[in-house]
Amino acid sequence: MATIVSPLPGIFYRKPGPGKEPFANEGDTIEVGQTLGIVEIMKQFTEIQSDVAGVLESFAVSDGDMVNPGDAIIVIREGQS
Amino acid sequence: MAFEIKSPGLATTVQDQGRKGHYNVGIPQSGSMDQYSAELGNALVGNSAAEAVLECTYLGPVLVTDQDAVIAITGAPVEVKVNGEPAAQWARLRLNAGDELSFGVIRGGTRYYIAVQGGIDVPKVLGSRSTYSLGALGGFKGRKLEAGDRIPVGTPLNGGALPGVDTVPDEFRPVFAKEQTVRIVLGLYDHRLTEEGLDNLLTGEWKVTPVADRMGLRYSGPGVKWKEREQPFGAGSDPSNIVDAGYAVGSIQIPGGTQPIILHRDAVSGGGYAMVATVISADMDLVARAAPATTTRFMAISQGEALLARKELAQRTNDAWAVLGATR
Repeated sequence: MATIVSPLPGIFYRKPGPGKEPFANEGDTIEVGQTLGIVEIMKQFTEIQSDVAGVLESFAVSDGDMVNPGDAIIVIREGQS
Repeated sequence: MAFEIKSPGLATTVQDQGRKGHYNVGIPQSGSMDQYSAELGNALVGNSAAEAVLECTYLGPVLVTDQDAVIAITGAPVEVKVNGEPAAQWARLRLNAGDELSFGVIRGGTRYYIAVQGGIDVPKVLGSRSTYSLGALGGFKGRKLEAGDRIPVGTPLNGGALPGVDTVPDEFRPVFAKEQTVRIVLGLYDHRLTEEGLDNLLTGEWKVTPVADRMGLRYSGPGVKWKEREQPFGAGSDPSNIVDAGYAVGSIQIPGGTQPIILHRDAVSGGGYAMVATVISADMDLVARAAPATTTRFMAISQGEALLARKELAQRTNDAWAVLGATR
């Protein structure tokens, strides 16, 4: 299992905007560099990207939650689906 | 000599001791948010206190130096990497031409500083190299850094002489805690709060919200109550409104009575919100170190005590330079 952490504090969002589809869902196949969510701080949106390939196992935080630097956001089961 | 920016980080800007003397015409002082940390970076690399540094916020840049360089990283705790290998913080580092500087995940606080021997050599605007992004003034093209920028580095002072000590001792490094007590002087408009409102401000527990940047920091907490009054001509309708007035650096306003805002180094110089108190100058660096969710208490002190605290901070800063064997 690989854990994707937030490199910065802010509000975590799973969608690129209101009414849009989430970047990714549980069970999705994830590629290296794929955007899985965004963190908003200082009116800027920073993309959270996967540094591994695998299957999205779970989200450790919910849409709209506050995260701190180093907090686990997403767990990915590494390898092919 | 220059730093080539490969990746800019979240909000990396050129800052120095600030652009003082123009607040009366609406130009904020700007400057490094955590002046103490920025200064000690300069001390480590043989600069004067006035040289410009790079201020990094949460996410640092990835940069490559085109010549050999002497640098130091101070401020918030973060993993420093040279060509991917861990390097020390609060210590002098030597980079060779072509070396890449990058950073891991910040472990506390908000801002860290890259000081380089010779200083960041952008043109002075109104006497300062500091970036005021909102006004597109100073710094590198008046803005935060972008990928592809080449940031000029100046010529070393004193023929490149370096201070005798290459590491800031632990006792001279600031603490980046999840809890803070911030000292304030009440006024000018604390009399507009109800007794309960003032009590909430001074005894309540406040938390830094993610709405915090160089202009100001917003806190959530118990809220305060304002005295009802018939609003004077020219003031807004909310009891937290006043007829427009100048804001002191570090002013605390509480729009609507819900979330206090501390105005920091890039704040506007005036407006129509009542200032209930002002953060003392000696604690402005402390406030700048507060990451979101930092628990904060506000402690009211007298103006005399505030001036004493300013003196003590100046003494501590002098002592730190002296310990390094550096000339301020």
